[in-house]
This record gives sequence, C-alpha cells and structure tokens, in this order.
Amino acid sequence: MSALADARGKAVDSRIKRSLRPPASLTLLCLCAALVGTALIAVTLGAAGIPLARLPAALGLWSDGAASPLVARDQLVLWSIRIPRIVAAAMVGGLLAASGAIMQGLFRNPLADPALVGVSSGGAFAAAAAIVFTDSYIGESIRFMQQQLLPLAAFAGSLATTIILYSIASRAGRTSIAIFLLAGIAIAAIANAGIGLLVFIADDRQLRDITFWMLGSMSGATWGKIATLAPVLAVALLACISIARGLDVLVLGEAEAFHSGVDVERLKRISIILVSAMTGVAVSVCGVVGFVGIVVPHLLRLAIGPAHRLLLPASVILGAILLVGADTMARTIVAPAEMPIGILTAAVGAPFFLAILLRQRSLISL
Amino acid sequence: MTPMLQASSVSVVVGGATLVDTVDLRVNPGEMIAIVGPNGAGKSTLLRMLSGDITPTRGTVELKQRPLRAYPPRELARHRAMLSQHVIVTFPFTVEEIVYMGAGDNSRATVAPLVESALDEVGLRGFRHRQLPTLSGGEQQRAHFARVLVQLACGEALNGPGLLLLDEPTSSLDLRHQIDLVETARRRAQNGTAVIAILHDLNLAMRFADRLVLLHRGRLAVDGSRSEAMTADTIRTIFEVDAAISYTDGGIPFLLPQTMRPVT
Repeated sequence: MSALADARGKAVDSRIKRSLRPPASLTLLCLCAALVGTALIAVTLGAAGIPLARLPAALGLWSDGAASPLVARDQLVLWSIRIPRIVAAAMVGGLLAASGAIMQGLFRNPLADPALVGVSSGGAFAAAAAIVFTDSYIGESIRFMQQQLLPLAAFAGSLATTIILYSIASRAGRTSIAIFLLAGIAIAAIANAGIGLLVFIADDRQLRDITFWMLGSMSGATWGKIATLAPVLAVALLACISIARGLDVLVLGEAEAFHSGVDVERLKRISIILVSAMTGVAVSVCGVVGFVGIVVPHLLRLAIGPAHRLLLPASVILGAILLVGADTMARTIVAPAEMPIGILTAAVGAPFFLAILLRQRSLISL
Repeated sequence: MTPMLQASSVSVVVGGATLVDTVDLRVNPGEMIAIVGPNGAGKSTLLRMLSGDITPTRGTVELKQRPLRAYPPRELARHRAMLSQHVIVTFPFTVEEIVYMGAGDNSRATVAPLVESALDEVGLRGFRHRQLPTLSGGEQQRAHFARVLVQLACGEALNGPGLLLLDEPTSSLDLRHQIDLVETARRRAQNGTAVIAILHDLNLAMRFADRLVLLHRGRLAVDGSRSEAMTADTIRTIFEVDAAISYTDGGIPFLLPQTMRPVT
C-alpha cells in the first residue's frame, strides 16, 4: 500500500514543475566561453576571409618574422574594421539585453522591451533630430560635436520616453500591463511620425544617416564609439549589482516591496535612468535593434531562473553572443553587401515574442 | 508598558471620501488584535496606514515611540513585517527564492535556519523547488506568509520584538491551514511580537485574538475583549445580521448567524 502511494507520489512529482537551478559560476563560465567562441568565429568570417590558421599572426600574437603583405592586410582588416565592430556589437548586445531585463523587472512583465514600447524609437527620434538640426543650425564648423552629441541626444530621447511611459502606465503604485503596452505603441508611433517628418525635411546626406538609425546597423562601429560605450557599460554593470535584489523583491508588487524594506521610488528612478542610458547609448551606436531585450532574458529565465543577481550579468553576456552572431550573419549572408541587423533581429525576435505570448496567455491577464 | 504602536486620531481622506475617520489605536507588545468589520469599513486602509504604506491625511502613527515616517524603508522593514492580500508573482521564482526574499541583505547561510523553520511552519518544505505561479492560491498565500515570518525573525534578531501585520491572511486557506496560521501568529505574540490581523471569520477572530477592533464606515466602533466586542447588538448594528452568541466550554464566544434562510 505504501509502495503504491510512493509510486504514485513519484509519478506526480515528475510531472510537477520543479526548478533546480544550475550553479551561478558555472552558468557565467559557460556563457563567457560561448562568447569567446562566437567572437573567434566572427573574426574569421567576412568579406575578406581570415582562416583560423592565419589568425594568430593577424592578431599579432605570433609572428614568423617575415611580415608578408597578406598578414598586413589581415591586420588592417581586423584591427580597423572587424574587431571594433565585433566589440561594439558585443557591448550593444549586452546593453540591450540587460536593459530589457531591467525593464521587465521594473514592469513585472516578461514582454517589456525598450524597442517594443518606443524607448528606442524615442532615442532614434532624438538622434535624428540632432543629425538634422545640428547640421542646419549649428553649421559645419562644429560638426565634430555630432559624435559626442548623438549619444547624449539618444539618451535624452530614451529617458523622456521611459518617464512618459511610466507615468502613463502606473497609477497608485500599480502598473497596468495593457495601458503600458498600448501607451508604448502610441509613443513609438509618435516618435516614428517625428522621424518621418525629419526624413521629409532632411537632405540626401542626412537622409542616409537617418535611415541608418531606423534600420539598425553595426557598420558605423569605430574605436571612438567603443570609448563612449565602455564607461556606460561599466557603470551599468555595477548599478545592476546594486539593484538586483530590489528588482527581485519588486516582483511581489510595489507595496509588498516597500514592506520588505525596498526604497521603491529610488529603485524605480535608478532603473529608469539605467534603461534610458543603456538603450540610448546603444541606439546612438547602431540605431534601433529590437527584440534582443526580450529574447535573451526570457531564454535565461527558463534556464537559470528569474533572480536578477544572475539574470542581469548573464543577459549581458548572452546578449553579446546573440548580437555578435547576428551581426556576423548580417555582414556575410548577402556579402559583399550588408543586411541591416535590425531586420535580422526582428525576423527572429518577433516570432519569438509571439511564442512567449502564446505560452503565457493564461498567466498574463491584460 | 511602552506601546509597540500608537495611532493618534488618524484619518485617511482620498478624493473627498473619508476611508478612515479619526481612529485611535494603541497596541502593546505581545498583543494579538483582530480587525473586523463589513466590506468597505476601512480595514485594509487602516492596516496599510499602520504599515507606513499610506501616510495618514491627519493624525500620527508611532512605532516604538518613533513616528512611522521617520523610518527609512529598510529600517522600517526590520521593525514591522506585513503580509498583503493578493500578491501576484509573474516570474517563475521558486517557493524557496520567495521565502529568502524576506531575509533582506542577510547572507543565505545566516538565515537558512530561519527559512527552514518558516517553511516547516507553513507546511511547504516539500514545495521548496516548486515555481510559485504553479501553486494553488492557498499554497502561494502560505509561501508569502513564510516570507513575512523570515522578515520578522530577521528584524527581531536585531531589534527585539516587532510588529506583524496580516491583511486577510486566511482568505485562501482551508480550515487546517487557517488554524495553523493563526496558531503560528499566536506563538509570535507569546514571544512579544504585536500582531494585528484583518480577519473575516469572526469565530476565528474570537478564538485567537486578545482584542477585537470593529470598524464601521471608517470609524472605530468597538475596541475591546471578545465578550465586550461580540454582542448580539454590535453584530446587528455593524454587520446587519441577527446572530446568536454561545460560549464554548473554555469560555470562548462563538457566533451563529440567525438570519440565514433555512435550507428546504
């Protein structure tokens, strides 16, 4: 009798959803290894192929004494084009994925993504406005400022969008998911209308720059842009550690998070600024690249659980892997031409988004 | 005795409606108080005000003789713990992860024994690796109660007996777990914790609380012992129900509503 009950208990036990998480250090180690692997593959592929055998010489790790013209060409391709691009893609991917994870924690909603709800569009609109207006009104003499101005404008645009979104969607400490998504759609539409207007008044050169923002591309990556990305990424990573516990507890709702000792208002402010800075600076480098912020944290939650202390750093690494991979595809599948990376991530990410929606239809009540 | 909690003439006015109207309440350490009253009487609003979640429009609330608003959130959480109604968790946190959330910044190793005993007290030890959103409403409510118990224990380890606030903690629980929960709260009260719970089941309230606070239209109608609070008259005035009140062998009153239509 008890054996029967035991067997029945085990059968029930195997069917119920248990979650045993893999150890954190192992997860991060595996992800780092995968990132190095992806980066190595990305380095060898491209319009000018550099096979693995030539890689050590091209990287300057090993030299056979006689510098052949082939090695010189490889080195030029690697250090001035390919490596900055891969590094920038990795950083942008990390920023987008982590900002998606923070935004989902903030809104307690696995479908929140900076690109989906118009935060990226707001940044792109501000960047486009900066392109058009600095050209027209500031004049040629200080065009060099554009390099510095664009990330700032994109950040300001993203920040404004996030704040508007938050104030519309939350009332009396509760965030309505339906209002949030609908407001996001409306804000994205307004930003896109603004971009359309800017396209209308832009000249040919400005038009090319703006189109670049709207489709998203890593082709503009330079060491200079990496220098802008690096400090934001570093500060964001540190900040992520400090808000991780707060975001965990916030899943209980704002009131309950406050009861548990979280300074909810401060947490929300930090999260909003972080999401805006991370999205804004990413947008300023590569334009609007969507869905990285949804796909990456969602996959990770399935594998390692939703605790932000691990989810945020893991998102940074997996986001980097994903975007380096996507960018490598973008510049190889139609070589020597290039596909905008935003098209690729949307083509993969949008069906993924629908899949999450279908899976969680019962859990998410709008 | 210095009071654990002292609310002096507190009122909450929202959009012209007075939800809580000039309530005075003094709670001593080790007391177990049940707040009862009909729907819309202002019970939850009063409790959220006592937790610091809502600032009173008028009047003051002092916890351990210090104004509630003078506590930063983190410190407040070390003196009082509160269990809200209807906590919905969207991400797949496990029961264990939820219970550890009560531990604040303390290291896992330090609080592990507290977490174990809380899981035992709510009977969820075997559910620790289950994802919370896959559990029944009652099981989720017990998991959140365990989390709140851990928070209370962590705070009390630092600051001595604290305040435990429970907003309809038994709403989704079966009879066995209702009694378990109230007995757990009772044990905390015996160690000096002041417990305030909103309870809808008047018999459960009378069985466990030292003192009953009846709210009616935002005002404090009755504040007294079981026999003072539970008279046929007050039940008729406040709940609009005729009820017979009897006593158990132990002298605890119980209530039988009389206006129900007989089953035919």
